[in-house]
Amino acid sequence: MVVGATRRHPGALLSALFLVSHAAPAGVLPEDRADAMYHSYDGGGVDVSGPSYLVRKGDGKRFSASVNYYVDSISSASIDVLTQGSPYNEQRTQWTGSVDYIHADTTMTAGYSNSDESDYQSDTYNFSISQAMFGDLTTVTLGYSYGDDDVSSNVDSSFERSAEHRNYHVSLTQVLTKNLLLSLNYDAITDEGFLHSPYRKVRVQNDPLDPSAGWNFNTPETYPNTRTSNAVSANFIYYLPYRAAVKAGYRYYTDDWDIDAHNVEVGYVHPLWDRWIVEFNYRYYQQDQADFYSDLFQFPDQQNFMARDKELSKFKDQTLGVALSYDLFEDGWGYLDKATLNVKYSRIWFDYDNYSDARQANAPGYDFTADLFQLFASVWY
Amino acid sequence: MNTMLKTIRKAVRTAIMGSLLVAGTAYADIDAGPAPDFTLKSQTGENLRLSEFRGEVVMINFWASWCAPCRQEMPLLDELYQQYQPLGFTILGVNVEEDSTKARQMLKKLPVNFPVLFDNKSNVSKLYNVVAMPSTVLVDRDGNIRYLHQGYKPGYEESYQQQVRELIRE
Amino acid sequence: MNYQGILIALTLLLLGGCSQVEPWVKPYERAHLADPVMSFSRDPVADGYISHIYQVREGARGAEGGHGGGCGCN
Repeated sequence: MVVGATRRHPGALLSALFLVSHAAPAGVLPEDRADAMYHSYDGGGVDVSGPSYLVRKGDGKRFSASVNYYVDSISSASIDVLTQGSPYNEQRTQWTGSVDYIHADTTMTAGYSNSDESDYQSDTYNFSISQAMFGDLTTVTLGYSYGDDDVSSNVDSSFERSAEHRNYHVSLTQVLTKNLLLSLNYDAITDEGFLHSPYRKVRVQNDPLDPSAGWNFNTPETYPNTRTSNAVSANFIYYLPYRAAVKAGYRYYTDDWDIDAHNVEVGYVHPLWDRWIVEFNYRYYQQDQADFYSDLFQFPDQQNFMARDKELSKFKDQTLGVALSYDLFEDGWGYLDKATLNVKYSRIWFDYDNYSDARQANAPGYDFTADLFQLFASVWY
Repeated sequence: MNTMLKTIRKAVRTAIMGSLLVAGTAYADIDAGPAPDFTLKSQTGENLRLSEFRGEVVMINFWASWCAPCRQEMPLLDELYQQYQPLGFTILGVNVEEDSTKARQMLKKLPVNFPVLFDNKSNVSKLYNVVAMPSTVLVDRDGNIRYLHQGYKPGYEESYQQQVRELIRE
Repeated sequence: MNYQGILIALTLLLLGGCSQVEPWVKPYERAHLADPVMSFSRDPVADGYISHIYQVREGARGAEGGHGGGCGCN
């Protein structure tokens, strides 16, 4: 971009001779990198593991593209499965591609993702635009994504439903001081269509007037066919003078199913010696139940909408995580600018207020812990 | 809730259009005219003053070790320096970091032949109203600022070469 | 309350009206902000995975994590 503008005029000739050949601000493309990760989740009778590969490459000037291949190999003997069905194994494969385009200080991103498993296929399209302003101190991002899902059933081959998701996203990142960054995020999401599991049943008393007569799982769940939610979060990251960073974030979520959730997260990043980085995280999450959720209904036709998905109950969870990263070459190696080996371990404690362990006659309150493990290598080139 | 969402949708659309309008804003904070004089300590320890180079074409390049495009640009500037220095051209690499340690480490691994100056107090960065990293200013033989490049993208070095040749011929 | 008008006005003000504000952190002062430890997400693949876990196991979704910062180069 060529602009020949000045404020002072020391001489018309000189002004005419001055040229701003390249004017800022202009954006920087995301770094070229590749990651190979093994992930594992083990908790509540559910075991999910698999690989995730990402490759990103740009032309150094305007374009950058990335591809991600992700697999979940699922072995599920979760409490719902044990009380209502039988353990199963399944695989979910997800492909995601995206392209970034930079023009001056605007970055545009378009992406597509496909997720495939035996009873659920989804296609998601997303577009976002990111604008840097005020000397690159502020970045505003606006995004929209549309998802189209096909829901089927492993037990009923004639079962075919669909669901649509629309997500409006706004975020603002602000440099507050030389050492402090703030990121504000907002997502408005609407879902429409078949929004629950075709398998899950609600728990209903055998005798509406006598709880001690036991219960059954004969009645399938019914959910509303729309859901609208809003979530807003604020995240800070602060540089400590001895070279470390402390992170803190809070998110508030609310939707028209009456679920209200809060979560707060803190983290500490600490470089060790020359090539190690260690990070600690703690997260606390709590949510209120959906208004049509109940652990135990009296009547099978008690309400228009009935759910017993523990993810819609009133519960809280806490996470403690630690991550370690090692820089293999201090200054790169041949074609590689940088390479790291990383391991992350997290433990999540789930504690349900109104979801019971129905494997036992008196159905005590349910809780479980999950162990998450990530092992990955990253290279930059 | 639905009206709120419709509102947000409208705002997002307006904002996208608005941001495209703002996208073309250019910064031209460095003015034409004589290049402000300064004195800074160089890598070799001696003080170098800009006005000492009057009569030569001078490229002042503001860089930092933490700035990826700056690191990308440096070897290309070194090539430019080696090619045109005999014809009356010099580059002054002004490092803008408060603490020069990282910069010196980087120069040990990626040495350059042109003088590197350390602007630890940011006086020269402020004097030249540096609003982008990297920033490259071309000063002619009479000491006047003639070209300004803000940022670096592969390909800029072509215009550097073109402009240096032009100023050398004057 | 006319949320529509206020939202549009705020968005336009944010984008267009404030280009006269002088950046209070100069580009040559961004050494700390450019440091990898100051990134909201050093490893997008790992962070994406954790977000996915929470989305599946919890009722809430959206507004996860932070973006941006960095060296402000170019």
